[in-house]
Amino acid sequence: MGTAIYILAFAVLLIGLYAVVAKKNVIKIIVGLLVFDYAVNLLLVLVGYRSLGSEGWGKPPILAEGQTPAQLAATAVDPLPQAMVLTSIVIGLGLTALMVAMAIRIYERYGTFDTNQIRKLRG
Amino acid sequence: MGVEYIVLMLLGFMLIAALIAVEADDLLSSVIAIGAAGFALSVVFLLLGAPDLAITQVVVETIALVLLIRLVVTRHDTTSEMPRDALRTGLVLLAGGLLLAGAFFAISGIGGKGAIPPFGEPVLGHKATDAVPPGVSADYLANSAEETGAANAVMAVLLDYRAYDTLGEATIIFVSILGTYAVLRRFGRRKKSQETEP
Amino acid sequence: MSQGMTPIVKNTARLVSGFIAVFGIYIALTGHISPGGGFAGGVILAASVVLIVLAFGRETAERIITPSQCHLWDAAGAGLFLAVALVGYFAGGFFVNFITPISKGQVGKLFSGGTILVSNLFILIKVAAGLAGAFLALAAFRRAGLPDGHPKEVC
Repeated sequence: MGTAIYILAFAVLLIGLYAVVAKKNVIKIIVGLLVFDYAVNLLLVLVGYRSLGSEGWGKPPILAEGQTPAQLAATAVDPLPQAMVLTSIVIGLGLTALMVAMAIRIYERYGTFDTNQIRKLRG
Repeated sequence: MGVEYIVLMLLGFMLIAALIAVEADDLLSSVIAIGAAGFALSVVFLLLGAPDLAITQVVVETIALVLLIRLVVTRHDTTSEMPRDALRTGLVLLAGGLLLAGAFFAISGIGGKGAIPPFGEPVLGHKATDAVPPGVSADYLANSAEETGAANAVMAVLLDYRAYDTLGEATIIFVSILGTYAVLRRFGRRKKSQETEP
Repeated sequence: MSQGMTPIVKNTARLVSGFIAVFGIYIALTGHISPGGGFAGGVILAASVVLIVLAFGRETAERIITPSQCHLWDAAGAGLFLAVALVGYFAGGFFVNFITPISKGQVGKLFSGGTILVSNLFILIKVAAGLAGAFLALAAFRRAGLPDGHPKEVC
């Protein structure tokens, strides 16, 4: 079951990679990069999940009222991948803004989003 | 056991949404499908015990959707993808299948030990053995309340134990926003010069 | 260019955007006791500016906050975050949490965590101003700028 989850996340990553490499439309390339970004964040968080067996799901790593740190260390999921992914999500938004700006300029210059026509050298 | 089934279903939904986003002919449909994939991802984050990430992913997804829809909805594009031939599709599927098989063997391992720890048992706080490197997360979880005074262990890791990395990430966000300004700036300058000329 | 949307959307945006901004600041400032943090709060605060731009049009939104103000707050947030790192030199090293040994706040109250609270505030300012400025710059390009399929020399 766990292997199936990892394989599905890796399949999403491959779909994103295929879109970046093989598509001819600039918007499809942007969408492919976004799918790739989601899949990478997902894989990082999947590695850090801890299940407590029959007692239930792993708890978020936040100290609740009246909980001792030893109890937290026994039931919480791994906080280190979450810290990595938190900034990665906002960096993905910055990258999306940059790519949208470049797509705006490409359309303004060439009038189309088709990379076959964009690659033709002018005069 | 229950969470794995729900995560599996949501990942299947995300896979289908990603396929639609990548293969749809209409650009607006593909942008909306990527929005669906992002929201499914935020629910998966919530189920995996990461509420900070779920909040961040929802808001980031909303703003990314606004940006992409404004880009796509007023620009009409008549790109027609080349008709796909059987050889190319077959090669792409073969390469994808080989990569998935390689990933399967890397994860589950031939005869036991894989590269990634099995789902649900992270490398938290081992002492260093010869096979497994030591993990620091158990120390972070146990000591973050007294050493840093923060109840949220993720924030303590991000802004106290690993604050230097957060400085690097803030620099990356700064540079990408600067890049956006730099790409868009020339049009504004030209507009001003067009206005001042008679 | 059309100046925004119908009156229903405009009145709703007028009512709601203040609450969204306050919610973003709340999520950022209580990052050390409940989920959230500076990055999520900054994106939510930028989303309130995005709502104003979408509902009222770009010219009206620029009376509230101009792009040059956004640049100023963005750079100020980044510089202040770096200053927190450098002040830690007086306590031992780069990015040392120098407030926690001074004031022993209890875990779970608002004034705990030392420089974590201050860093969340500066990251909130930086991320919100950066994203709001980027969206204001992108909002000038709403319509496709050229007639159909007719490339024009821009340089």
